[in-house]
Amino acid sequence: MNKTVNQKAWFLVLPVLVLVAFNAIVPLITVVNYSVQETFGNNVFFWSGITWFEDVLRSPRFHASLGRQLTFTFTILAIEVPLGVLIALAMPRKGIWVSVCLVLMAMPLLIPWNVVGAMWNIFALPEIGLLGKTLNAMGFDYNYTRQPGDAWFTLILMDVWHWTSLVVLLAYAGLVSIPDAYYQAAKIDGASSWAIFRYIQLPKMKRVLTIAILLRFMDSFNIYTEPSVLTGGGPGNSTTLLSIDLVKIALGQFDLGPAAAMSLIYFLVILLLSWIFYTVMTRDEANQ
Amino acid sequence: MLELRNITMRVGTETHIHPTSLVFKPGSFNILLGTTLAGKTTLMQLMAGLEKPTAGEVWFNGVNVTGVPVQKRNVSMVYQQFINYPNMSVFDNIASPLRVGGVDRAEIKRRVGAMAELMRISAMLDRRPAELSGGQQQRIAMARALVKDSDLILLDEPLANLDFKLREEMRDELPKLFGERQCVVVYATTEPTEALLFGGQTAALHQGRVADFGPTGEIYRRPASLTGAQVFSEPPINTVKAVKSGHMISAGSSLTWVAPEGLADGDYTIGIRAHHVTPFETAGSVPVDGTIKIAELSGSESMIHFDAIGGDWVSLSHGVHPFVAGARATLYADMSACFYFAPDGTLVRSGEAEGRH
Repeated sequence: MNKTVNQKAWFLVLPVLVLVAFNAIVPLITVVNYSVQETFGNNVFFWSGITWFEDVLRSPRFHASLGRQLTFTFTILAIEVPLGVLIALAMPRKGIWVSVCLVLMAMPLLIPWNVVGAMWNIFALPEIGLLGKTLNAMGFDYNYTRQPGDAWFTLILMDVWHWTSLVVLLAYAGLVSIPDAYYQAAKIDGASSWAIFRYIQLPKMKRVLTIAILLRFMDSFNIYTEPSVLTGGGPGNSTTLLSIDLVKIALGQFDLGPAAAMSLIYFLVILLLSWIFYTVMTRDEANQ
Repeated sequence: MLELRNITMRVGTETHIHPTSLVFKPGSFNILLGTTLAGKTTLMQLMAGLEKPTAGEVWFNGVNVTGVPVQKRNVSMVYQQFINYPNMSVFDNIASPLRVGGVDRAEIKRRVGAMAELMRISAMLDRRPAELSGGQQQRIAMARALVKDSDLILLDEPLANLDFKLREEMRDELPKLFGERQCVVVYATTEPTEALLFGGQTAALHQGRVADFGPTGEIYRRPASLTGAQVFSEPPINTVKAVKSGHMISAGSSLTWVAPEGLADGDYTIGIRAHHVTPFETAGSVPVDGTIKIAELSGSESMIHFDAIGGDWVSLSHGVHPFVAGARATLYADMSACFYFAPDGTLVRSGEAEGRH
C-alpha cells in the first residue's frame, strides 16, 4: 500500500492560522513587547528585561488582588456547583414544566453583563433598592457601598444569580441522558436516593460537571464587567479583583510595562490553574 | 408461581396492556415474543412491580402483590442496555444486591466468586464496567441479577445489543444458568428464532394483547390465531384470502389447490410461512406467479420479496437463486404446510402441525 502524501493540505489550515494570529498571537506579542520595555512617552522605548515581572510578583498590591480573586472564584464555585446540581436534580424530567423551567433557568444567562451589574447596583442600594431597603427594614445594617463585607455579599449573590443557571443546564443535560433503566435497576436493588445520586447520577454527570467547573473557573477568574459596574472595586480596594486592578494600572495610571507584565502573569495563572483542575478531574478516567 | 389476573395498563387515553391473564410456574422459562411496542417491557414492569396496573391483580405464590413496590419483592431484571454502576468495580457491582440485602462479607465473597466463575468474568473482578466489552458488561449485569436468589428474573431483550457471535454464545449458555433454579424466568425478545431456541413457554404479544400462550414449539406449529402466527413468523408470514368449495380451494383464478379432507366449505385466510415458498416444484406445491421486487441473497440463503396474488409475498430458500428485481417469476408454495384461518382469524387447520413439516 502506498501512502498518499500531499503537503498541499497544509494550505487548508492557513485561514485558521491567519485568524488565530490576528485575534490571539499578535495582541499577545504586543503585550510581551510592552512587558520587557520602559517608556517615558513619545513612543520611545528602553529595554528593561524582567524588571516589571519582578516588580509585579513582589508587589503587595498584586498579592492582595490575587488573594481576593482566588477567594471570589473559589467561593462562587463552592456555592454554584452544588447549588446547580441540586436545582438540576429538583427539575422535572418530563411534562410541560420542563420547557418552563429551562426558559426560566436560561433567563439570567441572556442578560448582558453590564446590565446585570447595573441591575444589582440599583437593586442593592440601601435607600431605594428593593434588596437594600428590605434588608435594612429587617434590621440588618446593610450598605454595600460603604461596608466591604456587604460589598462581597452582594458581589457573590450577583454572580450566583447570574451563573448558577449555567451549571444547572449542564448538570440537567447530564441527568436527562441517563436511561430510565438505570433508575429501575437501582429500584430493584432497593438502593436509597443517596445511593442513586452517589453511584448513578454523579458518575454519569461527571463529564458535564468537569466542563461546568472549568467554564465557571475561567469565567469567574476573568470577571470584570459586573463587579466594575456594581462596586467599581470598592469600597476602598476591598472588591478590587485582578482584572479591575489591571485596568486601574493600565488605563488609570498608564503604567503600560507593569500592566503588560501583570497581564502575562494573570494569563499564566489561569492557564496553570485550569490545567490543574482538568488534570485532577480527569485523572480517574486516564487511569482506566 | 406468578399469576397475572386481568391486569390492564392505561396511560392517559391509551391502553398499553389490554386485560391479560397469564400463569407462570416456578422453574419455568417463559418468553414474551412481540415486536417493539407490543407491550413486552410494560408487561415486565407490571410483573416486577415497577409499575402499578390500572386494573387487575398480580399474585405471587398465592399472595396478592399488586401495589407492593419492587424493592419489597424478590425480583431481578436485566435490560437491553448494559446497566451497571459506572464507578464501582465489577466485584462491587455483582455484590451490590447482596450488600443491600445485608448478607455478611464472607458469604458475599463466596457467592460473587462463584457467580463470576459461572459467567466467566473472574479475571475482571477488579476492573470497572466501562473497561470491558459489551458482552462482558452484559455478563456483569446478568451476574448481578442471578447472584441473589430471586423468585422472579426478568430479562428484557438482554442479547439485542450484542453482536452476532456473542449472542450465539450467550444463547447457548443462558438456559444452563437457570437449569436448577426454582424461580420464574421471563425473557422478552423480538425474534421468533430466539424463542424457538430457548423452548419453554411463549406468550405471543401483539398491540398490548396476548395473541397466544403455550409451549413454544406447540404455538409455533399450531398458532391459535392469524395474529399469533404473524407474531411468530420471521420473515413475515404470507397471507391470502381463499374460498373452499367442493374438493378445491382457490385464491383468485390463478391459485387453486386440493383442499384437505374435512375442511368445511367457506371463506378462509391462508397463511404460509416464507420457507414453504421456494423456487422448487415439489409434490403438492402450487405455482405462484409474480413480479420480483427485491432479492436478498446471502451466502447460503435467498430471501425473495415478490408481488403476486393478494399482495406481497416472501420466499425463503436454501441456496443462492439469481432472481432479478422487476422480472416475472414463478415460485412454488407448499400448500400442505399452510394454515387455514377462519374469517375471524381463529385457526381451523394447521398444515405444519400435521407432522410432515
